[in-house]
Amino acid sequence: MLEIKNLHCELEDDSEVKILKGLSLTINPGEVHAIMGPNGSGKSTLSYVLSGRDGYAVTDGSATLEGADLLAMEPEERAAAGLFLAFQYPVEIPGVGNMTFLRTAVNAQRKARGEEELSAGDFLKIIRAKAKELQIDADMLKRPVNVGFSGGEKKRNEILQMAMLEPKMCILDETDSGLDVDAMKLVSDGVNALRDAGRSFLVITHYQRLLNPIKPDVVHIMSEGRIIKTGGPELALEVEENGYADLLAEAAA
Amino acid sequence: MMPRAKLKAQKVEAAEALLGALTLPTGGAWITKARTAAAARVASMGLPSKRDEYWRYTDPRRLTAPAAEAAKLHAADDEAPLFDGFDRLKLVFVDGVFDAQASDTLALSGVEICTLADAARTDLHWARDLFGALEARGQAPVERSLASLNTAHATQGLLIRVTATPPKPIALVYRRSEAAADAMVHHVIRVESGAEATLLENGPMAARFNQVTEIEIAASATLHPIRAQGRDHDRAGITHLFAKLGARAQQKSFNLSANGALIRNEAVIWLDGAEGSAHIAGATVGDGAFHHDDTVFVTHGAPRCESRQVFKKVLRRGAVGVFQGKILVDQIAQLTDGYQISQSLLLDEDAQFLAKPELEIYADDVKCSHGSTSGEIDQNQLFYLRARGVPEDRAKMLLVLAFLAEALEEIADPAYADDLRARLESWFKRRS
Repeated sequence: MLEIKNLHCELEDDSEVKILKGLSLTINPGEVHAIMGPNGSGKSTLSYVLSGRDGYAVTDGSATLEGADLLAMEPEERAAAGLFLAFQYPVEIPGVGNMTFLRTAVNAQRKARGEEELSAGDFLKIIRAKAKELQIDADMLKRPVNVGFSGGEKKRNEILQMAMLEPKMCILDETDSGLDVDAMKLVSDGVNALRDAGRSFLVITHYQRLLNPIKPDVVHIMSEGRIIKTGGPELALEVEENGYADLLAEAAA
Repeated sequence: MMPRAKLKAQKVEAAEALLGALTLPTGGAWITKARTAAAARVASMGLPSKRDEYWRYTDPRRLTAPAAEAAKLHAADDEAPLFDGFDRLKLVFVDGVFDAQASDTLALSGVEICTLADAARTDLHWARDLFGALEARGQAPVERSLASLNTAHATQGLLIRVTATPPKPIALVYRRSEAAADAMVHHVIRVESGAEATLLENGPMAARFNQVTEIEIAASATLHPIRAQGRDHDRAGITHLFAKLGARAQQKSFNLSANGALIRNEAVIWLDGAEGSAHIAGATVGDGAFHHDDTVFVTHGAPRCESRQVFKKVLRRGAVGVFQGKILVDQIAQLTDGYQISQSLLLDEDAQFLAKPELEIYADDVKCSHGSTSGEIDQNQLFYLRARGVPEDRAKMLLVLAFLAEALEEIADPAYADDLRARLESWFKRRS
């Protein structure tokens, strides 16, 4: 599904700042991978480079989604190709209704893929059902995108977008940050409901706690812009227990 | 800096030259009196000059020149005329001249309407207490001599008295025919106590136009004027709205301007009775050779009134937006609630926004706030939309419409706002 090879990137405005330094990663269809790592290891940058945010220059390596060169695409083309990033800090957009935003996004992607656009009625039916599962009420759908939403509401709104857009490759960037226990359950239930053989996930997180309800197939430890260790779910438990220090020392040795 | 006396002499000289070339229209006693007084005001004030503080950001020369410059006629065959879908009393002007044949009959329940031309022939008319009177009052503290020029020489316009709430809006449609027509239109509207009406205006009016609308909204009456100024690029014009609101009277006015080489819209509002409410809003979109000026003066002359000014401008490729907005709170106007915001979204580095917000407050228990900002499209918001699959052009349009939304929300009836929003959307689509 997602194949990243030897990815190098630096800040566009400051080529002295190298962030990714030869990152490689392969995620097969249906797999859930987690990336853990200390602050500043480049986890969020990886999500931005994959989704096409300005400000980063890729100097070497490649990233493909089902064989297509992600790095050559505009952000909207990546989205239409099936990539989805759940933002660590979902953006507030005053003046644009949540519903309008989602309908525009869903139909833009369908159009880009040559599919028929959803009618207003069909869209409404689908979004109401999915919003209900995430306990997002009608009022939140009507309000401007993320404006006045609590931290938990913003993250649930991200998952709702994911559910509506039905991407193939979902990247969750610290989706657990700022969530209380109840919101965590809603979010992880929402993610688990989307798991299937044709959809893959990359879960970026600091903590083990999100990896209990969302059980990953593979866990990677990232440091200094590279994957330094890969293992099963037990690797996450090890981090929770002992912190990163041992792993970092091991990698340095 | 030119000495004040010399500037004044030049302005007066320019006014005398202009007035000398014009002949005061003939009419009944009441209107002749109003016109003569207005001509005298023009002669004593002189014509506006770029050196006037009030005209610092907008050069009035095209408005004061002896003749109108030609403006290419714009045939908007790519969209239906605005407000066409609404049941309305449609009254058509062509190059600023009332066209009875193209218009509906001047009859609507709850409303008395006659043309200025017809009223001018009568010896006595209800409008005599208002015609030129609100305009004259609006000459202090800032002079607006082009409005007086209009009172003196306009022969076209409508006198509308709303006595009860009419079943549909009164819609004035301004069409063009001649490339270099010079229009002067003067409307007077009085909304009687308790009545409520909507006034729709749309169209480019003329190659050059000077419009005055004098409005009196009596106690507990409501008038919502909604205007869109057409799409013709080369035209130049000035409009003046003078509105006087009685106790508990309400007004929500909105103006949409797209294109136009030089447009200045002045609004002078007096809240004369307690608990009146006046909202003045505008959305402006300019691309290229475009200069748009909103000049607003709201006077709180009675206690417990509310006023809101909301102006939004989207500008690119050298387009210039101007906002001069003032809230004046008299000593008697305790518990005033005044708000003013003017914002521009500059789509590139060539666009320009000039703002002069002012507050002058003489009462001690009031709530007044004002703000003015200039910004560009938020890159985080743009990326968020694109990351969800919305193409860049469409994402930008959504953000631009979101920026303008606050002004459109001031429109009392959302059905009109929807129609205007669709126009704005088409305007951006044609440019992406």
